[in-house]
Amino acid sequence: MHELSVTQSVLDIVLRHAKQSNARRVLGINLVIGELTGFVDDSIQFYFDFMSKDTAAQGAKLYFERIPVQVRCHACGAEYVPPNSRLWACPECEALGSEIISGREFSVASIEIE
Amino acid sequence: MSIEILPVLEDILSANDLVALENRQMLDEQHVLAVNVMASPGAGKTSLILRSIEALRGCLQVGVIEGDVAGRVDADKVAETGTPVVQINTGGGCHLDAPQVRSALQRLPLGEIDLLFIENVGNLICPTGFALGEHVNMMIAHVAEGDDKPIKYPGMFAAVDALVLNKTDLMPYLDFDLEAFRTAVRALNQDVCFFQVSCKTGKGLEAWVEWLIRQSR
Repeated sequence: MHELSVTQSVLDIVLRHAKQSNARRVLGINLVIGELTGFVDDSIQFYFDFMSKDTAAQGAKLYFERIPVQVRCHACGAEYVPPNSRLWACPECEALGSEIISGREFSVASIEIE
Repeated sequence: MSIEILPVLEDILSANDLVALENRQMLDEQHVLAVNVMASPGAGKTSLILRSIEALRGCLQVGVIEGDVAGRVDADKVAETGTPVVQINTGGGCHLDAPQVRSALQRLPLGEIDLLFIENVGNLICPTGFALGEHVNMMIAHVAEGDDKPIKYPGMFAAVDALVLNKTDLMPYLDFDLEAFRTAVRALNQDVCFFQVSCKTGKGLEAWVEWLIRQSR
């Protein structure tokens, strides 16, 4: 459900940048989404199609670059993608405990305009 | 007309983060410690808040923002204790956001409040993504929901400063593996302050309340 409010933020950002560049139309939007954010692609596109009606971004296609979760082991410093649905243990030294270094991203990277 | 790629590089949650920062400043000016309380529905968020209010009476003045999809059941319970409370209904929204909290802060007597609980909407996913202006992020887990929750919802367990495991009085009736739970939590978050309580019997609450008092200093 929270895709509704974040899609409004996406649209606001896109329209502001499009206007600053005197774009006639926005054709595509490149989003970067970390796997930890829990945002659902289809849901964002669905709301976007609805909310962008009668704006310069109407009909724009959303492209999603998903960033996997990556952590750095506290014990040995190894960087690894933690396993899904299992304990987050380091594959190098088996230690528990790490720092999340990616996976919480959520940004508009670029837009395609004409 | 030609097509061009325009770099934007803008955080989608920046509008929310900006308001969260303003909330934080407002809280700091009034010397209020804000605690974002997160958990699944039915974990005991309101129960823990009510227990904390009771234990902190005469020590810290508590205020509460209640976030729920609908209704003011929780706010009414808090209001009965004489504690200032504002209910936010998100109308389907699965988390609180900073603008909602800002409007609630404007309706609270912040000058009289030392400790503000912001009870988020019951959900283990979305609330972590939205800063509210809080100083402390905490979550409540409970033994009836199973010991695998850290593995299923790593984002939240990794993001909190404190974790309260509630309903420990039910432990004898359940297959909750406390060691497995603690290990899974430690894998995600080594710095988390861990408390085991029963809001039903009151067991373990002293340590939690003492921790709250230390945070507010």
